[in-house]
Amino acid sequence: MTKVKMKKNAIDRMVPTMVNGVKQTPFQGVGKFKPKGNKAVLPIRSCSDFPADGNKTVKSLKEALQKCGLKDGMTISSHHHFRNGDLVMNQIFDIAAKQDVKGLRWFPSAAFHCHKPVIEHIKNGVVDWVEGSLNGPLGDLASRGKMNGTAILRSHGGRWQAVQDGEVHIDIAVIAAPTADAFGNATGDRGPSACGLLGFGLVDSMYADKVIVVTDNLVPFPCVPWQIQGQNVDYVVVLDKVGEPEKIISGTTKLTKSPDRLYIAELTAKFVQAAGIIKDGFSFQAGAGGTALAFAIFLKEMMKDAGVKARFIRGGSTKYLVEMLEEGLTDFILDGQTFDLEGVRSMRENHGHVNTSPFTSYNWHGKGNFASMLDAVVLGATEVDINFNANVVTHSDGKMLHGIGGWQNCLFSKCTILPIPAFRNRIPVIIDEVTTLVGPGELVDVIVTERGIAINPLRKDLIKATKDSGLPIRKIEEIKAEIDDLIGGQPEKPKLTDEVIGIVKWVDGTVIDSIYKIED
Amino acid sequence: MAKSFISGAKGEKPRSDLRVKYTPSKKPLSISVKSTVDTFFGEAIKQQTQAVCKDLKVSSGSIEIEDFGALPFVIAARIEAAIKQAHPDIQLESLPPMKNYCISTSSRDRFRRSRLYLPGNQSKLMLNAGIHKPDAIILDLEDAVSPSEKEDTRYVVRNALRSLDFFGAERMVRINQGDLGLKDLEFIVPHNVHLILIPKVESAKEIKIIDERIADISKKCGRKTPVFLMPIIESGRGVLKALEIAEASLNIVALAIGLEDYTADLGVPRTDKGGESFFARSMIVNAARAARIQAIDTVYSDVGNEEGLRESIKEAKALGFDGKGCIHPRQIKPIHEEFAPSLEQIEKAKKVTLAFDEAEKKGIGVVSLGSKMIDPPVVKRALQTINLAIASNLLNPDWKN
Repeated sequence: MTKVKMKKNAIDRMVPTMVNGVKQTPFQGVGKFKPKGNKAVLPIRSCSDFPADGNKTVKSLKEALQKCGLKDGMTISSHHHFRNGDLVMNQIFDIAAKQDVKGLRWFPSAAFHCHKPVIEHIKNGVVDWVEGSLNGPLGDLASRGKMNGTAILRSHGGRWQAVQDGEVHIDIAVIAAPTADAFGNATGDRGPSACGLLGFGLVDSMYADKVIVVTDNLVPFPCVPWQIQGQNVDYVVVLDKVGEPEKIISGTTKLTKSPDRLYIAELTAKFVQAAGIIKDGFSFQAGAGGTALAFAIFLKEMMKDAGVKARFIRGGSTKYLVEMLEEGLTDFILDGQTFDLEGVRSMRENHGHVNTSPFTSYNWHGKGNFASMLDAVVLGATEVDINFNANVVTHSDGKMLHGIGGWQNCLFSKCTILPIPAFRNRIPVIIDEVTTLVGPGELVDVIVTERGIAINPLRKDLIKATKDSGLPIRKIEEIKAEIDDLIGGQPEKPKLTDEVIGIVKWVDGTVIDSIYKIED
Repeated sequence: MAKSFISGAKGEKPRSDLRVKYTPSKKPLSISVKSTVDTFFGEAIKQQTQAVCKDLKVSSGSIEIEDFGALPFVIAARIEAAIKQAHPDIQLESLPPMKNYCISTSSRDRFRRSRLYLPGNQSKLMLNAGIHKPDAIILDLEDAVSPSEKEDTRYVVRNALRSLDFFGAERMVRINQGDLGLKDLEFIVPHNVHLILIPKVESAKEIKIIDERIADISKKCGRKTPVFLMPIIESGRGVLKALEIAEASLNIVALAIGLEDYTADLGVPRTDKGGESFFARSMIVNAARAARIQAIDTVYSDVGNEEGLRESIKEAKALGFDGKGCIHPRQIKPIHEEFAPSLEQIEKAKKVTLAFDEAEKKGIGVVSLGSKMIDPPVVKRALQTINLAIASNLLNPDWKN
């Protein structure tokens, strides 16, 4: 790999100025970068090129891809609403391989364990690189520098921004849909493979050159609701099965049984209460992850005791949030993705369970978004440092193992809380400097560990509000020192090379940090 | 082939533990380390191994370590255990430094509402146990540890007593029966154990032997503070001797009952209603009251059943018990809540306490409330209720102001 020119950004991280042949802007500070120019423009289409009877079905994926003009070097996109139960994308690359297509860029909103076969296609040159949240085996592969391009990690909002701003041009969008009509209208909330919503695929449907909707439940026109609009769709393919809905439930959506995690979750809820956040009309977001779910349950009890109703809760929805909606503890769930089948059912049945997209929720290059309106958000992290900078994409050993998801976007809430264990298996979570800086400390307000709560010194208001709460509020340095003593000192730094194998984008498209190849 | 000695975690993927294999030989010491946290602590583990060997004056043989993220106090314990399996004659010890927070003291009358049992060989459960705020933490050397692991576990428990913060919980260890238990004492008495639970006690004599051994060890190691005792009654004979046992030593601060073994001894099934153990439990409470010590009820073993637990605590409280054993942190909160005094009791206790203060201030020996004279036991009870109310977060410690 050729040496790239590096530049120090506004948060003192070295980042490349050119990635995969595209010029990059280093991070300039939160809210500092002001984009210029216009959004991506689309060619004008004409109804004369599409069947007047609205029937856009073709016989097979292969035929659809051929008609879309699949060729070397194209960018193929997909959404991840089926999470680990996606049955479509592996087929796409198998077809491409058979047609001897090379050098594709896969642009998923996230990749999962089920996409492990893509590794073969990277090795045989069908896929050059994957640009999207890299989980599991693909993350491991990328960390070892074995992709043919640099990984670019973006938040959900950042993905919308990149497509909308023309940073990423999608040639063919493949949208797996649990229910669709022959015109291309599609929805995720019903059908045998129902997964809830299709919000992550929305930007693809709007900006891609060609759009293929793939379904296993074709209904007569009209398919309502039309989360994806047929007016954006070129072809419709019907398969026997597009996804395994039982696998949209990932391990991260199970409630924790660990007494320590439950303690952290309870402490988090008590903090939110002590800070005066729980009041009529408030809002919060608690995503997947056992601790966040447990937090929601503790919060629910507090809300019931206080007779308080929320105006809205932001999902990833789970049965716990659905219960709150159905018990009248919130007017709305504004849902970005459903994490379990109860979430899917609720979205179908409850007027107050609203499907959203990264455009409405997260996109930074718009006229506002929901994330900054939230009163409190609870997020995970792999590491934080004493300046409250946080990492969510790499483990302490430098391996890329998680996607950013909506994490960066959520940092803009009025109170961002990271409930995390102070150490995992001798590895401390609070360290001197995060391996990868994904979230600037100025946006991380509170860290809740089993050894105490640390409030960002910038948040004098929160410090004051919780001063007499009786909660174990401590300096972050103090918690760190306690853990360092227990584990026998700070760990050695992971052995990383100086070869950049990935970059982390900030919500505005600038580069906030680099990910380096690990030593084998 | 040279014989090897193995100490440590069983199973395929233990967490926060390690396996140590020591093979004595004439060759200079060789150390190999495989660790799930190798990147971060591989070198530190090697250095620690050398340090432990130096403490024990071992300079030959090979040590193979397979680590799964164990903390240093566990690593030291496992290495020492493996070496001492091979060389039982080594008298030297490799002790981690005694932390400041491990030097706390206890007192006879402190609350013992909840005492959390933790298997002595499962260090990962100990690390954060104190954050759940049980009144006491018991590191168990007895029933939770299989016979083949008993020796090795002593080192883990000893090192835990020197290394871990229990956040104010009383530091308890349950020893084994008989000679094994006497040997256990050497690993805990010098390391500031507050209280020792003695299992399956059936006579005062057993207590006296242990008490004497504790006195010997205390003298040798220079321990000045008492080691409190809590005999556990677990048989028909034990129940009938309850008073004799309760009065066997001044170091006894509580008497406990263990119903699993007791019902087995009786040859009856243990039921939820507990009719079969009513007599035994009453005996324990009465013996404890007679000896002016606390009475502690058995554990409730169905961890998932909070409702059943609460019923069981209510019943224990009604019988006169002061505390209950627990086997999972989630049982602690219900125990504290159920043992808490009622608001009515608190109000009454506040009045009595204020009247008592008033009488003290005036130098009057007799406490009276309105026209009613109050007996000393009522005053004592009121003061206890106030303390319990404060411990249960139902009363501000500063309530008089």
